[in-house]
Amino acid sequence: MKTIKSYSTWILLILFFISMSAAFAQNKTEAGRIPAKGMAKFSKDGNFKPYEFTRHAVGDNDVLIDILYAGICHSDIHTERDDWWSVKYPLVAGHEIAGRVIQVGKKVTKFKVGDYAGVGCMVNSCGECEYCKKGEEQYCLKGNVGTYSSPDYFHNNELTQGGYSNNIVLSENFAIKIPRNADLKKVAPLLCAGITTYSPIHFTHVKKGDVIAIAGFGGLGYMAVQYAVALGAKVTVFDITEAKQQDALAMGAVKYVNVKNQEELKGLENTFRVILSTIPAKYDLSMYLKMLKVDGDMVVIGLPAFANSPTIDVTNLVMAGRRKLYGTQIGGIRETQEMLDYSVLHNIYPKVEIISADKIDEAYQKVLAGEVRYRYVIDMSTLK
Amino acid sequence: MKRTIYLSILMAITLFVTVSAQDNRIPAKGFAVFSGDGQFKPYEFTRHAVGDNDIEIKILYAGICHSDLHHVRQDWGKEEFPMVPGHEIAGRVVKTGKNVTKFKVGDLAGIGCMVNSCGECEFCKEDKEQYCKGVVMTYHGHDQFHNNERTQGGYSNNIVLTENFAIKIPANAKIEKVAPLLCAGITTYSPIHAVGVKKGDKVGVAGFGGLGHMAVQYMVALGAEVTVFDITEDKRVAAKRLGAVRYVNVNNPEDLKGLDNTMSFIISTIPQKYDPSIYMKMLKLDGQLCIVGLPATVNAPSIRIDQFVWQGGRKVFGSQIGGIKETQEMLDYSVANNIYPEVEIIKADGTAITDAYQKVLEGKVKFRYVIDISTLK
Repeated sequence: MKTIKSYSTWILLILFFISMSAAFAQNKTEAGRIPAKGMAKFSKDGNFKPYEFTRHAVGDNDVLIDILYAGICHSDIHTERDDWWSVKYPLVAGHEIAGRVIQVGKKVTKFKVGDYAGVGCMVNSCGECEYCKKGEEQYCLKGNVGTYSSPDYFHNNELTQGGYSNNIVLSENFAIKIPRNADLKKVAPLLCAGITTYSPIHFTHVKKGDVIAIAGFGGLGYMAVQYAVALGAKVTVFDITEAKQQDALAMGAVKYVNVKNQEELKGLENTFRVILSTIPAKYDLSMYLKMLKVDGDMVVIGLPAFANSPTIDVTNLVMAGRRKLYGTQIGGIRETQEMLDYSVLHNIYPKVEIISADKIDEAYQKVLAGEVRYRYVIDMSTLK
Repeated sequence: MKRTIYLSILMAITLFVTVSAQDNRIPAKGFAVFSGDGQFKPYEFTRHAVGDNDIEIKILYAGICHSDLHHVRQDWGKEEFPMVPGHEIAGRVVKTGKNVTKFKVGDLAGIGCMVNSCGECEFCKEDKEQYCKGVVMTYHGHDQFHNNERTQGGYSNNIVLTENFAIKIPANAKIEKVAPLLCAGITTYSPIHAVGVKKGDKVGVAGFGGLGHMAVQYMVALGAEVTVFDITEDKRVAAKRLGAVRYVNVNNPEDLKGLDNTMSFIISTIPQKYDPSIYMKMLKLDGQLCIVGLPATVNAPSIRIDQFVWQGGRKVFGSQIGGIKETQEMLDYSVANNIYPEVEIIKADGTAITDAYQKVLEGKVKFRYVIDISTLK
């Protein structure tokens, strides 16, 4: 009897110490956490509302960025509307981020306080797999840590929150240096729309005189045309409206095709070496495949909602004969830096419309309605 | 009056030309299906005359390709009957037109899926005749150079075609095994060589039938480490025998573990419904999935566009046979390297062909049936 009693005392004592040390550790972490505020959706159908939360502490290799501008990407809308996978709310989207470094961890070498920094779709990755080592972190075998709505396996798997907010904390390795002379309010969309188009245009080695096509002339298409024209390619633009023709030609496209007009599609089979599809809606994939030359590449970067995704059956692939079809995701960090430097140097920017932080719902509506040729960028200084 | 005479002379000449052309037509006999029921019966017909650039081939062997079944069963759309299938043909030249230089009487010659093409488009000029819009298929085609008459294939005693589309078969070839090279061989050889498979590459062959067992041999010959995928245990031993390092029974989920992101190239020869994305996931970044298997249209698997994005940098493409120049290269290479299909020889008999089709359909064919045309009565 006495033995049992003393055992239970010991057990209680041990439990007490365990809980104390846990609380202490908790306190210590909490103390370093960074308070943040942003605009979040609290449900699939709800509107954006102010949301206060915290971000993980600034670790030795981390930087804290004061966000100045955040772009609105079509995939933010897909995610916020739960078009792809089940997401958890509240959800602060935003993976096109431009800001200024306001705190650096003690081992940080790439940035100092006051530098401009950008963040794209990833904030970390395993760093050890073959693709991380190659600088293709977007294809990390463990999965990269996405900028929002992604479990951060370096921080207890807490879900990341994105750039529609006043700050962000991340490893310096995943922050991009923004040149001082950049047109800052236009930089944010380069971190997603820019790299997503720059990467395939460069890895397919588009060069002077190449006959290529850009399908879909929205945010991504607008960037793609600029990169391809800068390289001297002969660019044909495809879209489903007459309204964008002038802009496309003014940007240096040699031809504009309104896909809704059958006549304009004639004679285009077996024409292009590369077709980049940025279309975020349902469309006929094999129509474009047939326009490729043999051994040509059709690179898909537009991602429609699953319910609206076009499909291609293997018969059409065989019939199209040696026309390659594949997708690509953004680009690695090294390439993103290269893209940003290149874009600033060549004055390649998206067309942006700056909105205040309380206008995100309206902007989403307009993007969903189509016809937006510019990128909405939220001026984060307007966040209350 | 004068006019009538002229007209009569003209008519007489026309008649003479027509009749003599008819006279020069080559009588042929073979096995045809007369409807989509798949029953083969003897069929007598004629082939166009041997033109100056043509050769007439006495057919010795004809392979049975899975796409013959698809055509007969109208899996890809409505067909015209009677139809004599067969686009894997090996035989001997018995007559040559006066301008023919590539062949002489007595030479062995092979024919694949095409018997002619426009000769003028960029594809024809680049030796990719298979992509020519005016290509004349060996059967189920219309011959634009001969009044658009329907072509008939190799389950028959002879065939006439331009020498340009006939392939020289080396005299030392194992002639009874050559026929399937003309379709199954070139269809796999072409993309394997186009993507540059090389020693040490980790590659896959999905579907281990007529095409698949050729693909394994070509890639083993190049020194690649080949994994074979099929849906049965029955083919495990044969895959190893042909040099595969691994055999995966796709119906066994355990077998599939650990294969994601491991291969640089996969060739899919599967003629049924399947999930292409499992193979896309097995590719490494910049790896390529080449599709050469053609299921019936109703069974064709499809790939949703986002799968291309999630499996970013993994390239998917289809491929059709190969050009004539490459087919010759393939045949010479195959014979030199002793690469042949494993064949089961059957008699040229309506019942035997009908039975063989049933076995192919049920997946019971070892690899390739070849009809011994010398047994045709």
